[in-house]
Amino acid sequence: MQRAGTLRRTSVLNRIGRNWGLYLLMLPAMVIFMCFTYLPMYGVIIAFKDFKPALGIWGSPWAGVKYFERYFSSYMFANTITNTLVISLYTIAVTFPLPILLALMCNQMYARKFKKFFQVSTYLPHFISTVVMCGMIIMFLSPSSGVIPKICALAGIETGDLMGNAGAFSGIYVWTEAWQHVGWDSIMYIAALSAVDPQLYEAAEVDGASKWQKILAIDIPMLVPTMITLFILRCGSILGVGFEKVYLLQNDLNISNSEIISTYLYKMGLKSNQYSYSAAIGLFNNAVNFIILILVNLFARKVSDTSLF
Amino acid sequence: MSIAAVQNSKRVNHIRKSRADRIFDAVIYTAAGLMTLVALYPMYFILIASISDPNLVAKGDVLLIPRGISLEGYSYLLSMGNLWTGYGNTILYTLAGTAIMLAVNIPVAYALSRKDLAGRGFFTFFFIFPMFFGGGLIPTFIILNNTFNLLDTFLVMVLPFSVISYYIVVARTFFQSSLPAELWDAAQIDGCGNLRYFFRIVLPLSKAILAVIALWAAVGHWNSYFNAMIYLRTPERFPLQLVMRNILINNEMAATAMTGSAAAELNRKANLIKYGAIVVSSLPIMTMYPFVQKYFNQGVMIGALKG
Repeated sequence: MQRAGTLRRTSVLNRIGRNWGLYLLMLPAMVIFMCFTYLPMYGVIIAFKDFKPALGIWGSPWAGVKYFERYFSSYMFANTITNTLVISLYTIAVTFPLPILLALMCNQMYARKFKKFFQVSTYLPHFISTVVMCGMIIMFLSPSSGVIPKICALAGIETGDLMGNAGAFSGIYVWTEAWQHVGWDSIMYIAALSAVDPQLYEAAEVDGASKWQKILAIDIPMLVPTMITLFILRCGSILGVGFEKVYLLQNDLNISNSEIISTYLYKMGLKSNQYSYSAAIGLFNNAVNFIILILVNLFARKVSDTSLF
Repeated sequence: MSIAAVQNSKRVNHIRKSRADRIFDAVIYTAAGLMTLVALYPMYFILIASISDPNLVAKGDVLLIPRGISLEGYSYLLSMGNLWTGYGNTILYTLAGTAIMLAVNIPVAYALSRKDLAGRGFFTFFFIFPMFFGGGLIPTFIILNNTFNLLDTFLVMVLPFSVISYYIVVARTFFQSSLPAELWDAAQIDGCGNLRYFFRIVLPLSKAILAVIALWAAVGHWNSYFNAMIYLRTPERFPLQLVMRNILINNEMAATAMTGSAAAELNRKANLIKYGAIVVSSLPIMTMYPFVQKYFNQGVMIGALKG
């Protein structure tokens, strides 16, 4: 036993020594990750402390779960959770199925030049920056000079001030999100469809299948594993609605429907310097996301063969 | 797109299409045509609005073609010093940031792709876990600010967030599927070490993945405003997107010093300036994209393969 143990240890050391170059290759990234990603994970303990910058993370006195209780009992808790969930679930409901539809359409197009043009133009909005995107939204929806109220007026629809209308916020957020990313998000599905064996289609044709039947019987089943993988990933960020776009679209008139967890914690933390309170909200948010990811992944592994890990 | 699929599409055309299939095709092409229009029109509108008379744009008279052509928006933009400082800063951050991202992520991806790496499972977990969990904004801010004193520095824009788990996963998958294990065996027999093998053989064979990651990283740096908003304080260091936020969202157009008619005139031109600023800030990426789009697509597809 003793001898076998030493033997194994030396062989591991041997393997490490022989490949020392590989560890050297990983070193810079490891140092960066340790300092700027893993150290903040340790820093998360300030959520349980009364953080004082002068005392440092470790030196600050413990505060228990007081900051969590404060968040759970504040009136902003229900407000931020509801807004985050509404925006998040609405986004998934719209932007999860649309790329699949787009890929199925794309797969049916045989006019190669048009197909290429269609793809390039639907991918293009993905490269617009968030700032420019939000600037466009605000300008296009402006009741006095925006192009969308003008076009709606031509069709006889009165839009009013959409950016000042709290009830319209989630719709604006979701449909502009769809406009910007639907084409891009379809790439993975298009890739999955291009891997379909053409013989399957030929066999279906011999059996007299229509195009519609081929989509139902061949294309959609082919896409299921990709769908599951992407769906798990999406669920893992249910409470992680992107800060960047919501923050830029917020204004005093729509704040009741647009204050989400991440914008609230940003304001509490960096604008009012309530570090511990804000860290508690952030930890709550990340923990919920992580738990949902694990649960959905577990569920997917139970009911299908596809899962992330 | 394989050759077989092309042949398949030709063959389909020879078969006489049923009535249902013809209707189906008509629906698909119409929908695709409409979607193309919806995707392109807002960008086209910005372009024509940026060179039209702002009053006509505000009235809704400029919808399809530019009217009352004027370049005063662009000439005003030329005088906006902060915009061009931002432009210069962004170019700097993008170049340095992209170089650093390639330098740190690609070697990790290669090392993790090697099956004989002792502790491979541990290192893979180490590099992938942060995709799913993190310390969050405030702890990160405190560490960067209090521990490393990086607030308001050039370094904070290019270094702390340069390790990207997703890039590592994609590049690792690429290495696993494109470099045969025999190549390393052969090199080893010839006395080639890991480092020499990586720099002399792996990198030259992996230009495709280098291009993919470089393009992703560059677009990411060009378009981001969040880190700059959190970690920068000095306006002279602001990147383009932060300047754009002040122009587009906060309506800051250096009008504070002006009064009366000058301010009113600027107000009239405000939208014109905004449209122009959008064009100027997005032009590099939008014009480059159609030429390099195959690399972007390749990257997504490599990422889709499960490694």
